[in-house]
Amino acid sequence: MIKNLFYLIILNLFLNSFSYALIEVDITRGNLDPLPIAVSPLHVDIKSQEIKDIKVKQLGENISKIIEKNFKSTGLFNPLKKEAFVQKPDIAHLKPRFEDWRLIKAQALVTGKLLIKDEKLKVEFRLWDLTAAKEMTALAFTTTPSNWRRVAHIISDKIYERLTGEEGYFDTRIIYVAESGPKNQRIKKLAIMDQDGANTKYLTLGNELVLTPRFNPTNQMVTYMSYFRNMPRVYLLDIETGTQEVVGNFPGMTFAPRFSPDGKKIIMSFAKDGNSDIYTMDLESRLVERITDHSSIDTSPSFSPDGKFIAFNSDRSGLQQLYVMRSDGSNVKRITFGKGIYGTPVWSPRGDLIAFTKMHKGRFFIGVMRTDGSGERLLTENYYQEAPSWSPNGRVLVFYRETKAGEKGEGFSAKLWSIDITGYNERKLTTKTDASDPSWSSLLSK
Amino acid sequence: MTLKTNLKNILLVIFATLILSACSTAKKSGDIEGDVYTGKETVEFLAAGVPDRVFFATNKSSLTTASRATLRKQATYLRKNKNLTVTIEGHADERGTREYNLALGERRANAARDYLMTYGISGKRISVISYGKEKPVNPKSSPLAWSQNRRSVTVKVN
Repeated sequence: MIKNLFYLIILNLFLNSFSYALIEVDITRGNLDPLPIAVSPLHVDIKSQEIKDIKVKQLGENISKIIEKNFKSTGLFNPLKKEAFVQKPDIAHLKPRFEDWRLIKAQALVTGKLLIKDEKLKVEFRLWDLTAAKEMTALAFTTTPSNWRRVAHIISDKIYERLTGEEGYFDTRIIYVAESGPKNQRIKKLAIMDQDGANTKYLTLGNELVLTPRFNPTNQMVTYMSYFRNMPRVYLLDIETGTQEVVGNFPGMTFAPRFSPDGKKIIMSFAKDGNSDIYTMDLESRLVERITDHSSIDTSPSFSPDGKFIAFNSDRSGLQQLYVMRSDGSNVKRITFGKGIYGTPVWSPRGDLIAFTKMHKGRFFIGVMRTDGSGERLLTENYYQEAPSWSPNGRVLVFYRETKAGEKGEGFSAKLWSIDITGYNERKLTTKTDASDPSWSSLLSK
Repeated sequence: MTLKTNLKNILLVIFATLILSACSTAKKSGDIEGDVYTGKETVEFLAAGVPDRVFFATNKSSLTTASRATLRKQATYLRKNKNLTVTIEGHADERGTREYNLALGERRANAARDYLMTYGISGKRISVISYGKEKPVNPKSSPLAWSQNRRSVTVKVN
């Protein structure tokens, strides 16, 4: 549905410019020398019609600001100040005077223009390699004007893709738990926002406790846990229609849900008589399968992107550790043997890494390791943090962090943070309220 | 030689001070024994002399001697009040991952339920629910508060 709103037309993609391009951004290591990039405001065609609730005259400027903010948040780019810009947006978009832009130390330039006609927003943009004096990529597309923020995110994704060689992650959303109220009487609601913190919407009212929402990687469905009628169960929610239903018919608590990579199954834990094991339920056939059968706690399951394996945490060795098994539950192997205890394994969408929470000597770490447990790298240490979730391109993790509380709970906060898997670029996300349990969506326009 | 003896003495003094200070802190928070809360501060009562909750060590769901004594009192009380049904709420402290703590709370509540059942209370009268770390009784971030939050609480339903 969302996909259909966009009509992407490739204008003129100079294929041969790939081989001549001089600028590229290496995102495989911490980038301490971000690429200077100039994002010219998009030129607004004077024939553009007025649209209710949209400041059409400022639209080009506003789109460029969102692109700049996206770029800055990656730590890979350094968007230059607009005061220094040397050419008018419409003229630069036709053909920039490369040597002038190089004078302000820009290495890449983004230009564009837009027109609103017949209630449609038409946008085109170009990315210029200033060093090689070449156009690197160009795109034009048409959408409804109210989608203008997504236009900015899609442009950001295309440019990120062209400069890094990796898929972008800007046209995405994050679902999370919005928290308010005193620490011992917390009110929790499901909330969703654009990746940059805009367009926050609350999906539940806060009447019942809700936890751990997770996106279906293939569509806009969400699975989460709710204490509706004081029965803790896994639910399925369609965020476009608002319809929701209990997943399965379990005679007890179900929790820790996640989708399979094809979006057709939910994997979760079911607790009964003091024992939690892992189950899957096929959403179409409603067939329930038991995956683990062990007297210890088995929970926080996560599929590998090819669907062949499942990572989970279990205390079968005495304390919480990470395990990997085949998706039918066979061949269970413990993968963590380091000091401390480990939880919340989440398989990278690229398949190469598992992100996790580690607890050691009263401190909490977010880290990544290879899927056999080797190559452990701790990315960030804090008083309390957990629950990493991957950006769709597998380059960034979002997680939540809590602060220490005083006598009556004062000083307590829960916030979302992100960090690159390089260990660089740790950032607090802007949320309207306290927040926890983030889950990153796939690209909306893919 | 003298230097060595001096050093030894100094070390001894330091050790003694450490031991003394350790004793005094242990006494101050003397409501914790081996990581399990033994105080009465947060405890409520189902009836006179029948405490409503038992406490657990970090990441554990085994019942201490004191917990078993409390649960035996609850069993006696439930035997006397045959029409009463209860819910046992299992809880964890905030120093663990959310999902694991949900499972841990469920395991703790069931440890209490199982014990009541061995003392003749029908399982039909006891339901369990885990709140994980979602409902701390003490919001402070301190070992004492955490020990008070690692609990299972027996709540009357009717």
